[in-house]
Amino acid sequence: MKELEVILDKNGLIVAFLFVGILTLASDVFSKKTLNGRIPGSALAIGLALWLGYLGGVFTDGEQGLADLSYFKGLSTLGGSMFRDFAIVATATGASFVLIRRSGMLGLVSLILGIGLFFGFGVAIGWLMGYRDASSLCTIGAGACTYIVGPVTGGALGASSEVIALSIGTGVVKTIAVTLLTPVLAKWIGLNSPGAAMAYGGIMGTSSGVAAGLAATDPTLVPYGAVTATFYTGLGCLVCPSLFYLILSTLLG
Amino acid sequence: MIKGLALLAACFLLGMWCGAVLGTWLGIDANVGGVGFAMVFLLLGKEYVTSKGWWNGDFGFGLEFWNKLYIPIVIAMAASLNVKSAVSAGLLAFLAGTLPVLLAFGVVKVLLKQVNPEK
Repeated sequence: MKELEVILDKNGLIVAFLFVGILTLASDVFSKKTLNGRIPGSALAIGLALWLGYLGGVFTDGEQGLADLSYFKGLSTLGGSMFRDFAIVATATGASFVLIRRSGMLGLVSLILGIGLFFGFGVAIGWLMGYRDASSLCTIGAGACTYIVGPVTGGALGASSEVIALSIGTGVVKTIAVTLLTPVLAKWIGLNSPGAAMAYGGIMGTSSGVAAGLAATDPTLVPYGAVTATFYTGLGCLVCPSLFYLILSTLLG
Repeated sequence: MIKGLALLAACFLLGMWCGAVLGTWLGIDANVGGVGFAMVFLLLGKEYVTSKGWWNGDFGFGLEFWNKLYIPIVIAMAASLNVKSAVSAGLLAFLAGTLPVLLAFGVVKVLLKQVNPEK
């Protein structure tokens, strides 16, 4: 047994392949046999993975979910931003340039709408919870955009570490909410075409949430959602600590 | 296989570079649309490779593999997110993380009704 432990410990990424493969297989079988395909297998697997990530956090008190358990550390490599972005780019082979260009304007409009909406809502909730200074409110609003925009904005504005942690937490909650709600609400909002996916990606913004949500809904739409979502974090980092902060501090006097 | 993978790697690095340069120009410490630029490069690269008749076989397989690996990567990502801190970050994080998302789904619905992008 000791030999096996050493092998598992040394080959983290390979263990991650095995783990994800088994999880996918189990979810597919459960989805087909028990649920009659009402919930797609991939959505089930993503939901299950989130739950396991929660358990990992409870057992280890770490910050990387299940990947904090030493045997599963390869998950943070496989699911890290390098592989994630690489695979998202690969999905572009299934996308049509013509369709992306045709919906370009819609994508831009949705980006602006999305950042404004999430920032404004985040600030409003921060205000209701008792925060009154412009830099804290701005950081919380930025965190409601994505968990990267939050700390970038907070760092630029000199917000307290407590507020920055809060903004990261808000962004992670958003990612999870988008992941879980997308397959459920996809039909209702009419998320069934490349153009719709681009608008959706621009408004939701969180690349991980958009990517995971679309993967669970219809994998062919992933590249279209990703192409707009990829601009969201950058644009958010641009306007939150500058334009939005100026507007906020003016409003607050 | 490796040729397609190399094409993907080249497009990825080039795109990330563009995103980083754009970020620097705008004066922010973030990658602006790197993935988007990379996707555009890949679409152009695919056009070129296909026009040369090299796509089926070597090139296609290398890219198809990574395209398919996408969902497993998302599953691994979900398992390595800091779900616990999100759950325990308190009421504010929960409200500010979920309420706007619900509203945003409504906005997407209205926006799509207004423009109907497929026509």
